[in-house]
Amino acid sequence: MNAAVAAVRNAGEMKRIAVGYGFWIFLLSDIVMFSCFFASYAVLVHATAGGQEARQLFDLDRVAIETACLLISSFTCGLASIASGRRSALLFHVSMTATLVLGAAFLSLEVAEFMSMVARNAGPTHSAFLSAFFALVGCHGVHVSIGLLWLVTMMAQVHAKGFREDVSRRILCFTLFWHALDIIWVALFTVVYLIGVAA
Amino acid sequence: MSEVIPVHTAAEVAPGDLPEGDNESGVLGYVIGLVLAGGLTAVSFYITRGSLFWRPSIPTALIVLAIAQMGVHLVFFLHITLGPDSTNNVLALAFGILIVFLIIAGSLWIMGNLNHNMLPMDQIMNMQR
Repeated sequence: MNAAVAAVRNAGEMKRIAVGYGFWIFLLSDIVMFSCFFASYAVLVHATAGGQEARQLFDLDRVAIETACLLISSFTCGLASIASGRRSALLFHVSMTATLVLGAAFLSLEVAEFMSMVARNAGPTHSAFLSAFFALVGCHGVHVSIGLLWLVTMMAQVHAKGFREDVSRRILCFTLFWHALDIIWVALFTVVYLIGVAA
Repeated sequence: MSEVIPVHTAAEVAPGDLPEGDNESGVLGYVIGLVLAGGLTAVSFYITRGSLFWRPSIPTALIVLAIAQMGVHLVFFLHITLGPDSTNNVLALAFGILIVFLIIAGSLWIMGNLNHNMLPMDQIMNMQR
């Protein structure tokens, strides 16, 4: 390999590290924002204003299915990043489609939960506890929705442009984003649902 | 004379990337992560629903399990390691964890203290008469 090619490849690697690191900083600041929602939820969890409490509202079966969807989608997202490293378009599209289906299943379960809570007179306007709950879980849901849009965009870009260097940097950022959403969901199902039912 | 230019001089690795391109072990890492995380999740749900354990201990146990599972996600999915090539990633993470801890523990502490020291609402009403 001649020197020019080596230098170009090295510049690409440095750029990938810088982009990944910058996106990592963004994710950490996003997690700091979520910690504010978690703190307000923990402060307000007993402020039910005479309405229903966590124990009466949450359905752990649905939460278990949501958790499984998101965890497996994190795994398939990891497979997609391996596929992008190997420049394998077929494996990439298959695992990204699996991630898309699982993420959409998660989102539809969450929307169904919100609808049923509102129908049972436990909407976000009912108490400070429910406002904090809808803000925290809804914020995560909005992140998942944005992630799904990004996922479809990445599939389209790989289809149209192939695994170019800039496209594969975006795939790196997308996989970081998706794994971070799963980490936030771990905190969320533990603090909101499991401790809400157990305590 | 020596025209050997190292292809890989980057002393760091992007977060999420495996160090030194070991793509073959990649799938195995994700499988281990999935099994560990799934196991920890299953234990969390099991101890919440079962009547096997002393109830007051369950929230603490759940928090410990959640922190363990986040560690699994960081190591096996995000590939944040303690190796020398991801020092920057780990330092940024440590700072983020510090801020998260300050926000959550500080809010709970201050609000709990205020709540404890505040007069009951009917007495506040009486004082305003």
